[in-house]
This record gives sequence, structure tokens and C-alpha cells, in this order.
Amino acid sequence: MHAVRRLVDLRPGGTATVVSLAAERGLRARLEALGLRPGQTVQVLRRGWWSGPLHIRVGMTELMVRRRDAACVALAA
Amino acid sequence: MNTLALLGMPNTGKSTLFNRLTGSHAQIGNWPGLTVELMQAEVTLAGRPWQLVDLPGIYDLRGHSGDEAVVRRFLETTPVDLMLVVLNASQLDRQLRLALQVQKLGLPALVVLNMADEARRFGVQVDPRALEAALGLPVVLTSAKYGGGLGTVREALAVALKHGAETEGPGPIPSPRPVQQLESRLQAIDPQLDGALAALLQAGVTLPQQWRDRWTRRLDAVLLHPVLGLPLFFGAMALMFQLIYAIGVPLQEGLGTLLDLLGQHALKPLLAPLPPFVSGFLLEGLYQGIGTVSAFLPVIFLFFLAMGVVEDSGYLSRAAYLMDAFMERLGLDGRSFVLALMGFGCNVPAILGTRVMRDQGLRLLSMLIIPFSLCSARLNVFLFMAAAFFAPRQGALVIFGLYLMSFVAAVLTALVFRGRFASQEPLVLELPPYRLPTLTQMFTRAWAEVRHFWFWARRFIIFGVVAVWLLNNLPLGVEPASAQSLSGQLGTALAPLLDPIGINPKLTVALVFGFIAKEIVLGGLAVIYGQADPIALSRAIAAEVSWPQALSFMLFTLLYTPCLSTVAVIRSESKRLGFTALSVGWSLGLAWISCFVLYQGLAWLGWR
Repeated sequence: MHAVRRLVDLRPGGTATVVSLAAERGLRARLEALGLRPGQTVQVLRRGWWSGPLHIRVGMTELMVRRRDAACVALAA
Repeated sequence: MNTLALLGMPNTGKSTLFNRLTGSHAQIGNWPGLTVELMQAEVTLAGRPWQLVDLPGIYDLRGHSGDEAVVRRFLETTPVDLMLVVLNASQLDRQLRLALQVQKLGLPALVVLNMADEARRFGVQVDPRALEAALGLPVVLTSAKYGGGLGTVREALAVALKHGAETEGPGPIPSPRPVQQLESRLQAIDPQLDGALAALLQAGVTLPQQWRDRWTRRLDAVLLHPVLGLPLFFGAMALMFQLIYAIGVPLQEGLGTLLDLLGQHALKPLLAPLPPFVSGFLLEGLYQGIGTVSAFLPVIFLFFLAMGVVEDSGYLSRAAYLMDAFMERLGLDGRSFVLALMGFGCNVPAILGTRVMRDQGLRLLSMLIIPFSLCSARLNVFLFMAAAFFAPRQGALVIFGLYLMSFVAAVLTALVFRGRFASQEPLVLELPPYRLPTLTQMFTRAWAEVRHFWFWARRFIIFGVVAVWLLNNLPLGVEPASAQSLSGQLGTALAPLLDPIGINPKLTVALVFGFIAKEIVLGGLAVIYGQADPIALSRAIAAEVSWPQALSFMLFTLLYTPCLSTVAVIRSESKRLGFTALSVGWSLGLAWISCFVLYQGLAWLGWR
């Protein structure tokens, strides 16, 4: 079972705090530059059709993130 | 001349600010050591001329994308007197990091907080004075889109530049030096950034407790709806194209007739004293060819205008979101879709746009599908041919069918090649709030795009129509465009290849020159058939060509290599000759096979 809650598991409307990013360097840098860094609060606004990307909000920025990439983001339980 | 550089994240209005500061007299400049071209322009500040360079939008000076490498290379090779760091004032919670990187590197800088209007709308309160004190750099608040605070930016720039000169003592401004050991210094700075950012935000920025942009929230609920989203998007696109044709086509026809009247009644008598070969060359070659093409400029202008509105409103990023799931299954992503969509204007900037992709496989696959986007140059040909061969309602259906084929060809290409150009690139994109573009902004932009288009196209067009005319009228004394002329010989030579797909020798010549640019196809046809007036030209072609042949000609025009510029840019962006050959060969092959199936299929059904 998954002990760690990940961004990809968050239901639409749900809010949580980012704990860590288990991503490769390039993705990590991009996520952090867009504001998705440990300690920040993130909210999932909607999930795309046909396993499409997540529409999320972090700080004053709204982003689309693929589910595969959102699986790298660990959230506080 | 000394250099100023604009640095900022994507989606901060950096280019709008650049245009405002330079009055859009920008040109494309080549920089030593850089493989890409940057926009630059001369501006006068503090009584001296400066070179202002617009650097590509980047997220992080330490980032791993191609654009980020370009900016690092620029800083390492070019001495910059002052950096203008442009930030989106409503997103300072993350964007101030970039300003901090510049500050900690010790580069002379002015921080411009743009989109002040948006920050106000969303309830973000910014205190520029406090930020200035905390950063130790001059900070100004502006809204480049509406021109508010632009005078302040100019003043601050002048002050910063004078200040730079005074601290160095009197005399000419000393040349600053490029940044040394950039990467290791950036790495050393990194651990300090988080703390510094928190302190800065504490000092000068108040974030709202709640998201205030209710408009964006409500629009997204509909436009990004899981079921309604895509139909709405494609509906909006179809409506947009309908509108462009409804306004553009009558304009184009009127302009074409007007240009022809001018040629027949003003130019012809004027050129009459010249020898027939020379006057024929000037009137039937140059004037008719260029006239036929320039009549389409209104349609192109409207197209760029509409695309600009869609892009600047924020809807295009939503298209990337909506289409990503589908594109992912083709081995592509939402950005490839947006770029292919931009390719409907012109393929060249769309291919340049693939620079935002890091993964080479993804980039190459995107470059392979973009040339199938039905660009405005091809649209000229289709609008003309559809009007010549079909009743208005059928014609609209034919054009729609060609758009559909453009889509099918791109999907097919991706399916065939996704294994060969596989990629694992992650995708994280910003979805900006919806914005209302201003009228001036839109018109300036569309105008600049049309000028750019014309600047590139006219060289090819002039060369093309001149060459076509010469081929038609040489050797001296032949009946123009007859089987004895050079073009007739060329058409006959290629007949074994193109006869099975229903393309006659005259159309063959137009296609051969269409390889250079599709703009030449129509100008070439005007020259080949000796008719400038669009209506007379369409009658002349329709007298010789059947509608299945015309369809095959259009389909071939859609699928084979768009133009020499596209080939050149694929070559320079992929840096691979083999890949370029694959792109050209695949599209030619696909064009021939599709046309063969279409033409022979129609013939089998009894239509020829």
C-alpha cells in the first residue's frame, strides 16, 4: 500500500502541502520555478478527460501537470 | 554600442514591454556564439543610443531547457550594461527568485514589475519602494499592455544608466565584462535563495487570502469541462475560420479585380512602347504574379489577427490542456498541438517554437507533423481553386475536407514515427488567467506578422514568378507555355510520374515552383495561363482541368513539402541532414500515394 500521499491522488477541490519532489533534475527545477516546492500549499482544480493532465493551483499560479509527473510530488498526510 | 537586455519568465508581457520601449522597430539579430536569433532594437536613453535585446523567456537561470542555455551563453559572451528583469507582479511569490539570481550575480539591473493591472485585479498588493530597499536594485511598477507607467520605466532606466556611468567616474561609459564562471556561481547562490525570497515577500508583497479571479474560474468550469471542453474548442475554431473567410474572401476578390484593372488600364498603355518580350515580362510575369499573391494579404492579416486574439486571451494554453491526453497517445504533448495550430498561420515560427521542448525525440516528432498544418500560403491556393471548380457550398466542404486531411496526415505521421522518436519528457505548463487583448496590441501584432510574412515571401515570389515566366517564354519565339517551351518540356518530362495522379504538365510546373514557396503556385498559374484577373484565371484553368484533377492538385499541394523556408528551418533546428531528408521524402511520398488513391478511386467511380 502507498504510505505516501501523492499529488496525483488528490481529488478535485482537495488541498494539501507539498513535502518533497522525487523528480529528475530538469522536472524538479521546472516545478520549483513554477512555485511547486516543499512547504507550498497545492490545490487540484480538475482532472483532464481520458487520464489527461491535472489542473492545479499553487500560490498565485495555475498549472497543468501530467498525472505521471504529478506522481513525483509527495504531500503531507 | 552598449547593450541592455530584457530578461523574464514566459507570460510576463516581456515582449509587449519590448515593443512598447522600441516602438516595434525591432529586427532579428545574430549574436556571436549563439545559434539562435534574438530580437533587438535601438533605443535612445539618457541621451545615448543603446542596443536593447529581448532574451527568450526563461524560468530559471539554472534551468535545463534550450532557451535557458541560450540565456546563459548570452550572459557569458555579451557584456551587458543593464539587465531589465521583467516580472509578473501578480506572481511575485515565485518570480522574484529570478530577480534574486540576477542580484546575487552582481549584474547591474532594473526590476520591472509588469501587469500591475492584473495584480490589482487579483488583490496582490506590492510595495515597490520596500522591494527596492530590500533588493538593493531599482524597482518600477508598470502595465505595458495599457502603457501605464511606461514613462516611469524610461525614467528609471535613464537614472540607472546615468548612475552606472557616474559611479565609474567621468569619461566614456566603460564596457562591462561578460559574466565569468556563471554556472558555478549560480550553484553557489542557490542555497541562499529560499531565505532571501521569503524575506523579500515579507518586506514588500501582500498576497490575497482568497483567489479573486472569479471570471477565470467560471470560464474554466465551462471551457475545460471534461465533456464540453473539446467540442467547444473546435466549435470556436470553426467559427473563427468561417469569420475569416466571410470577411476576407470578398476583400481578396475585390482587391484582385482592382489590381487587374490597374494593370490593364494604367500599366499596359504605359509599357506599350517597350519591346513585347520586355513588356510581357513586366506585365504578365512580374505584375500579374505579384498582384495575384498580394490580393491574399487581407486574408492572411485576418488570420494572424484571430490567432493573436486566441493566443493572448489564454485560450491556447487551455487547448494544450484539453488535447494533451490525445497527443500523449501519439507520442506528442499539448504543446505540439498548439504549435501545429500556430502552423496554420505559418509553419516556420511553429517549428522554431519546438525549442521549448527539451527531449530531442519529442522535438523531432513535432517537427515532422507541423509541416502538414495547412498554412496561409496553401490556403491561398485552396480558396482560389475551390472557388474556380465548385459551387460555394461544395467549395466550403472541400476546404473543410482539406483541413481534415491536414489533421489526418499529422496523426498518421505521428503514429508511424512515434516509435522512432520516442520521448519521456514531463509536461508542466502555466495556465494564465483569461485576458482581454487590447485592440492596439492585436492590430500592431497582426500588422507586424503580415509585414514579416511579406518580407520573407516576396523574395521567393518575385524569384518564382520571374523564373516561371522565363520557363514559359524560352527558348525565344516559342508559343508561351506550349509543349516546346522550357516549362512544357519540364511538365512532359515529369508526366510519367504525375499523370497517374491527374496532374497535367502546366499544373506540374506550378507544383515544381511550389516547392520553393506555395505563394508562387498561384502567381505561377497566373503567369502560365496569362491571366491576372482571378475570375478569368479560374475560367482558363477550369477549361482544361476536371474537378477530380483539381482535387488531386489541392491534396498534393497540402501534403508535399510546404516551402524551402520550412525545409531550411527544419535543417537548422534539427541539425540533421538525414532527418530533413526524411521529412521531405515522407511528405512527398504521402502526397503522391494519397493523390493516387484519391484520383484513381474517383476514376474508378466514373469521375475523371
